[in-house]
Amino acid sequence: MTTLLPNPYIPYPARIDDIVVETEDGNLKTFRLVLEDEGDRARWSHVPGQFAMLSLAGVGEIPIGIASSPTEEGFLLFTVFRAGVVTTALHQMDIGERVGVRGPLGNGFPVDNDLKGKNIVIIAGGFAFTTLRATLLYMLANRGDYGKITVIYGARTPGLLLYRDELKAWAERDDLDTYITIDREAPGWDGLVGFVPTVAGQVAPSPENAAALICGPPIMIKFTMPPLEKIGWTDDQVYLSLENRMKCGQGVCGHCNVGPVYVCKDGPVFTRAQLQGLPTEF
Amino acid sequence: MKVLRLDKADLERWFVNWAKTREVYGPLRQSSSDSKSISVNKSYTDWAILKDGKFPELGTGLPKSPIKKFFFPQPETLFTCSKRKGDPDAFVFKEPENRDNARKVLVGVRPCDARSVELNNLPFEKDPYFQANRAKTAIVGFTCRDRCQTCFCKEVGGSPVGTEGMDIAVTQLDDFYMAEVITEKGEELVQEGGGASEASGEEISRLKESKAQVESLFSSMSDPAQALEAMKAKDLFALYNAPFWSQLADSCINCGICTFLCPTCYCFDIQDEVVKGTIRRIRYYDSCMFPLFTLQASGHNPRGQKVQRVRNRFMHKFKYFPDRFGPFSCVGCGRCIRECPVNIDIREVLKDLLAVE
Ligand SMILES: Cc1cc2nc3c(=O)[nH]c(=O)nc-3n(C[C@H](O)[C@H](O)[C@H](O)COP(=O)(O)OP(=O)(O)OC[C@H]3O[C@@H](n4cnc5c(N)ncnc54)[C@H](O)[C@@H]3O)c2cc1C
Ligand code: SF4
Ligand code: SF4
Ligand code: FES
Repeated sequence: MTTLLPNPYIPYPARIDDIVVETEDGNLKTFRLVLEDEGDRARWSHVPGQFAMLSLAGVGEIPIGIASSPTEEGFLLFTVFRAGVVTTALHQMDIGERVGVRGPLGNGFPVDNDLKGKNIVIIAGGFAFTTLRATLLYMLANRGDYGKITVIYGARTPGLLLYRDELKAWAERDDLDTYITIDREAPGWDGLVGFVPTVAGQVAPSPENAAALICGPPIMIKFTMPPLEKIGWTDDQVYLSLENRMKCGQGVCGHCNVGPVYVCKDGPVFTRAQLQGLPTEF
Repeated sequence: MKVLRLDKADLERWFVNWAKTREVYGPLRQSSSDSKSISVNKSYTDWAILKDGKFPELGTGLPKSPIKKFFFPQPETLFTCSKRKGDPDAFVFKEPENRDNARKVLVGVRPCDARSVELNNLPFEKDPYFQANRAKTAIVGFTCRDRCQTCFCKEVGGSPVGTEGMDIAVTQLDDFYMAEVITEKGEELVQEGGGASEASGEEISRLKESKAQVESLFSSMSDPAQALEAMKAKDLFALYNAPFWSQLADSCINCGICTFLCPTCYCFDIQDEVVKGTIRRIRYYDSCMFPLFTLQASGHNPRGQKVQRVRNRFMHKFKYFPDRFGPFSCVGCGRCIRECPVNIDIREVLKDLLAVE
């Protein structure tokens, strides 16, 4: 047979090692995957904010952000919302079953360059917290490389918050400020109540030598910007992660383009300033 | 570069000799009764295997379909895996075993189609399947002598007598042929074909003259190099927000014919297929003209409106691709003009884009 170039379309085989049901509605599960081949495990190296294509043979392939930090070795975490064909099939799989992983793909957050030495503000809404969890863990493991770290994270109800045990542990650390909020009062909840943009306005993180990483529904991002801009934040300090439909993950198939850039290859992380220079096709 | 002189009998000998060890394809006349064509042309040529000494149609403009199917086939199997119970390798993804490895020669490829392979090679540079297909396929081009009604190869940086992408370039001069042997693959083909006599100095000057004459028949509305530079220099948003998009998109029915027949459209989809316990992951042509192309699971669609999709096709060809890779992603073959059911003319779009301040 003709020898092919290194083949970026062939996924690595991986076993589902553990499954955690994250939310009370059961729509979000975190899958812990272990690459089966030792060589694949040794080669694997990612940056927080990158994603991978998860393959269910015979069903399809989908892009999912890598929720584990590079500092967590030996496994990969993916937190998946049940949305359509492939995500539903994945939700029906059990521990021990085999999936495919292709990646890591995309650029990720610039944790080792532009973000170093800065005060970091992480703002997340709903289930978009996944790659920000990876980022936060990475920063905590390299705590000296960053200034003040602030986390503002909200969900509709307490039962819809991701990574609840970790949230509790983070709240107790004194090298980290966390503001966890839910949309409306709920029995048994004694934390913050209010939408993420409102809380962001109240916390009013200083833009001085700082960067904000924001992931969430478009509407949340839209309303979070004005209170930040009011206190002096500029577009080049704000990092966002896009989720266009994807197929190849290689910048070839054309599905994910926003004007001249491919979200799968040039992104998914862009500064808001970069996005201002592009058509709003995301 | 080696230049050979051939009679028709020499060419026939080449084709027959090549067919002994390779699949030889060329344009052959098809009649509309055996096709589902909605083309106005009742009879047309298309790519078919040359067997039993059949000689390709070389004097009749462009075959209906481009040659992308030889490099980017419809479909291409990306990998297979077993789904059988108890198979320890079940769901382990493997490169397809029975890839079509036959060496191929495409005969009678026009300069625009030959050039399309070079342009597509830019995004597919690291694609293992495209590159494997390219390695096993040789292109024996035929330069043009007359201009098709819908051709505009020069405007987008090509030439009716261009040799880009070809392994051998054949030019007809009256009753004989001249062959420029361009690559090593071409040299190999000449050997296998049984050679031919070297052209004389006088014949070579006649070839040059003839090419220059054809070139002059193909006037260009603007200086192509300048047009390309002008497009690259233009502001993305000025082009994106140009007033003509909505009117242009009005008549488009989003049928996608333009993208499927375009030699330089290369968008694809990936899907899984399961037959008898074996899973095949395949890729096949997709089109940015379709709303599903960008639809997300949440229902959000970044290009949900037709005008956004029509604009994307032209912006990709004339702005996004050049900004990223250099040349336009169009070889000016005119197939999209010929086959569009509502007569959208890409030449007009290019003109309009060039006029944007
Ligand atoms: C970079 C990136 C990171 C992502 N991270 C996560 C994550 O961490 N957790 C999570 O739950 N979801 C994530 N998504 C969204 C996730 O990819 C989609 O929800 C998923 O593809 C839906 O597939 P489906 O087959 O279940 O849905 P269907 O609606 O049945 O989709 C059919 C096909 O369309 C494509 N598709 C549909 N929606 C999307 C979409 N929003 N993005 C990309 N392709 C899509 C896929 O190829 C999919 O197989 C991410 C998307 C991107 C682009
Ligand atoms: S856009 Fe039209 S003219 Fe240009 S290469 Fe494609 S089919 Fe030919
Ligand atoms: S062929 Fe014409 S009508 Fe069909 S999608 Fe292309 S431009 Fe639109
Ligand atoms: S997913 Fe194919 S180009 Fe981005």
